[in-house]
Amino acid sequence: MGIKDALRSFRSRKWLGMAAALTAMALLGTACGSSSSSAAAHGSSSAAPSSQKGPVTITFWSAMSGALGQTLGHLVDEFNASQDHYKVDLVYRGTYPEVLSDTIAAFKAHNAPNIAQIFDAGTATVMDSTGVYVPVHSLMKEYGYQFSTSDFIGGAASYYETAADQLDSEPFNSSTPVLYYNKTELQQAGISSPPTTWSQVATDAAQLAAHGVGCALTSSGAYVMWTDMEQYAVWNDVPYATEDNGYQGIKGVKLELDTAPFIDHWNLLGQLAQKGEYRWEGLSTSTVPLFTSGTCAMYEQSSADLTTILSGAKFPVGVTELPYDSSLPGAPQNTVVGGASLWVLAGAPKDTYAADAAFLHFMMSPQAQDYWAENTGYVPVTKAAAAQLQSQGFYATHPADEVAVKELTNKPPTPETRGIRLGYLPEIRDAEASAIAEILSGKETAAQALAQAQAQGDKILAEFAAQYGS
Amino acid sequence: MAARRRAATRGTFPGWLLPLALILPELVVVGLFFLYPAARVVEDSVTASNAFGLSSRFVGLANFRALFSGGDELHSLEVTALFVGVTTLVAMALGLFLAVQVEQLGRSRVLFRTLFVWPYAVPAAIGGTLWLFLFEPGIGPGARLLADLGVRWNFALHGPQAMVLVMAIFVWQQVGYNLLFYLAALQGVPSEFQEAAQVDGAGKLRTFWRVVFPLLGPTTFFLLVMDLLAGLFGSFAVVDLVTQGGPAGATSFLVYQLYRDGFVNSNANLAAAETIVLLVIAGVLTVFQFRFLNRRVHYR
Amino acid sequence: MRPTRGATSTLGRGARLGAVTLLALLFLVPLYVAVVAATHPASAFLRGVPVLPGGDLLANGRQVLVRGLPGTPSVPRMLLNSALMAASVTLGKLLIAVPAAFAIGFFRFPGRRLVFWLIFVTLMLPIEVTFFPTYQVSVQLGLFNNFGGLVVPLLASATAVFLFRQVFAAFPLDLVDAARLDGAGPLRFLAEVALPMARPTLAAVAVIEFVYGWNQYLWPLVITSSPSNATIVMGIREQIAAAESFAVPQWNLVMLVALLALIPPVVVVVAMQRWFVRGLVFQAR
Repeated sequence: MGIKDALRSFRSRKWLGMAAALTAMALLGTACGSSSSSAAAHGSSSAAPSSQKGPVTITFWSAMSGALGQTLGHLVDEFNASQDHYKVDLVYRGTYPEVLSDTIAAFKAHNAPNIAQIFDAGTATVMDSTGVYVPVHSLMKEYGYQFSTSDFIGGAASYYETAADQLDSEPFNSSTPVLYYNKTELQQAGISSPPTTWSQVATDAAQLAAHGVGCALTSSGAYVMWTDMEQYAVWNDVPYATEDNGYQGIKGVKLELDTAPFIDHWNLLGQLAQKGEYRWEGLSTSTVPLFTSGTCAMYEQSSADLTTILSGAKFPVGVTELPYDSSLPGAPQNTVVGGASLWVLAGAPKDTYAADAAFLHFMMSPQAQDYWAENTGYVPVTKAAAAQLQSQGFYATHPADEVAVKELTNKPPTPETRGIRLGYLPEIRDAEASAIAEILSGKETAAQALAQAQAQGDKILAEFAAQYGS
Repeated sequence: MAARRRAATRGTFPGWLLPLALILPELVVVGLFFLYPAARVVEDSVTASNAFGLSSRFVGLANFRALFSGGDELHSLEVTALFVGVTTLVAMALGLFLAVQVEQLGRSRVLFRTLFVWPYAVPAAIGGTLWLFLFEPGIGPGARLLADLGVRWNFALHGPQAMVLVMAIFVWQQVGYNLLFYLAALQGVPSEFQEAAQVDGAGKLRTFWRVVFPLLGPTTFFLLVMDLLAGLFGSFAVVDLVTQGGPAGATSFLVYQLYRDGFVNSNANLAAAETIVLLVIAGVLTVFQFRFLNRRVHYR
Repeated sequence: MRPTRGATSTLGRGARLGAVTLLALLFLVPLYVAVVAATHPASAFLRGVPVLPGGDLLANGRQVLVRGLPGTPSVPRMLLNSALMAASVTLGKLLIAVPAAFAIGFFRFPGRRLVFWLIFVTLMLPIEVTFFPTYQVSVQLGLFNNFGGLVVPLLASATAVFLFRQVFAAFPLDLVDAARLDGAGPLRFLAEVALPMARPTLAAVAVIEFVYGWNQYLWPLVITSSPSNATIVMGIREQIAAAESFAVPQWNLVMLVALLALIPPVVVVVAMQRWFVRGLVFQAR
């Protein structure tokens, strides 16, 4: 048998199955013996929904671990207990990128989950892969559930909507960056209220330094590109990329990072960093301890980290809106959500879609959303849920939780502040992180580094357009 | 060769069904999890498709052009070459030096071999973790020492520092492996060779380079290939834990770049092209190794 | 073993011993610092660096083994998974490599040459080379996020076959002929002659494969996702992330987990050094 024949026969699926069986047999009681039991226990083979009598079972792949995973599990249990037609099988699939890559691989193997939780930066990858998913807005319409883009709060709806204002996925866990501050340190430095603009941040930094707090500000370690590039753009109403940040199409989209607002902002952070007044220690270093230990007085971080920060800090923590750039006419505009949305994968047995729709309907109900928001740092994504939380007096007792909602709904989004809809966004963020490292270490000016990041990002976008453009 | 051929029917059992059955499991596993994926990746590397493999079309070498047209990926090749080159050189030199010293320590030889070999048994990810703590910019003891010496140490911000750190971790693990082989090879060098040279009046160092080192040639060559391969492929865990490829891509070696492109960015086509590049590099090294091993490895 | 070389003076020997000892101690520093950290409370490293191990090992151990860092898989579970994985890789590899090497060594069957090369191209290539397509294929075969996926694809390496083949190739040809004259079939020959004679290699392969299986990082990272399938080596990443989210980073706990993760392979290699070295060096022959 020549190698060509061998490879050809490898290609036929029958052969694959047979070979797999043979492998299993050959390994006898060793590897596969124990594998079958653990496979069954962990539901890895559960992707094929059953249509036997009893409830229709659907699989939901999520990236929520730990306490978040438990809270989500509670919601799923509640849905399962609320009716007996459908059963949702929640499977934790690792980090966000892992859920996406597993979903892709499983889809190719005709073994995809029914619903997958896909992170913000992966939105374009899925959305532009037509035929892979069932748009949620048409699914909900088909099964008779009330569902419209306007049901969701501004920054959440806009982030996931299509150019035609439709939602292809259901916004789920959503947060937005806010400014945390150390009340004690600000007070001791004679700063009565936290800064609202970036120039105030600079003056406050000098004042803090004079009172012995050398570091005024730090940002999220892994997501400084999110807080100070993406959210900076929408909050200050400056374009991040052409074609309305990619919402209008994928061909010919270019970044707009090499522009005055971004250069000025990063010049400022670079200058602060040289004095040690701004600190960021690289993508892999968590900056939470810098703030909670009292080293840095202020902290740009996701609202979802509220509970972690409150439990870690031994001083009173204040939460306020992100600073904006007062020289920009549109600022402050609105922030957008980060987090993930729920996608319904195509190619599943017909009877499972009704279950998908029922579950998604449940997940956007005020009851589910409020439980989620109250037990995590995420915001309720529907207007109804936010209103209910408000009327129950939740925000009166939890003012810190309300800051995120205020930012997201500060003004109705403009075409350029709906969100960032770019392919290979994680890769673009990598390029930005490189630029940030260069700026903060003083090796390059903001203008040089951002020009490089833009050139690299444009190349990445061109690649995406070549692969996804039809 | 002739003698072997004559012996072909001697020393063997007849039949073909049993040997095929015996070899089938190994063949199936290698076929399914190495040969078939390696063949399939060729197809992915010359197409452009979305992440889900739909709307796939042939694009020739476009993915490879993207790889070599500058930016992240080309940069990745450069830093990989630097990392692999330096670590191989240092790990081999240090391994040889230590082997020569340890070999002359008589009875405590095994003790010292153990003291240098143990890091090789440490999982790379765990080794990386130990060093990460040691040089953590905030509280790491090593980082503090450097700060006391006046070094502005923060490998998370300074590319060269990150590179040196990752190199040090790798060398720390690999030296023992090299020492092991050199030690075994040195023990095979007849001591009369050295004594004879020394009687002729050659100095110790001269004797070593003129007489002993050439005899270690096969080991040196074997280790060269093994260290290059280890550097290429074994660095992933350390990079993922310590630097995550940063800062500014300073330590984004090929396998790590591939992981980012394939698993974080879902760019299957680029990942496929990168896999081909890895296969070619590894293939060339393997051929070298086989040619070297050929004297003994030709199948009977 | 061998007469000491005449030229080595006592002074030279002393200097050599000193230099090598110093380097050996330097190599031990990361391990020592880990031990020191693991026996202190997390706050001990905030102000300075303790020089000697402290007395908090038990407290830290309880924290790591019983409570665990928030949001991370249970450490005992990960240790168990690692042990099962390493043991299965070892056993699986022996079970498929010995027959394969036996077939190559003692039979002349059609396609033998092709089969030989198909297996041996993988000799130098670790799973890191093809992990991306191998991951895709494994997912298609349903081997993801389960124990089979953790183990079976790792068996695709020729190292063990190669080592056994080297042993079998060195067998005297008369041995087989004698066995055939005695009327012994190939399987009896394997069980009663070949395997007993290959016992040192069996030990060597067992050590190498155990360490190989235990030390895997990239493969478990991509092929598993649920906490119940995590191994201790790949799980260290999440341990670090969780430890760093504290106001006082819990590096003491991370170091303790790291020690737990490195003890098995290091002990196996040190204790079975003879076999390990033999196996490794045999590859170069």
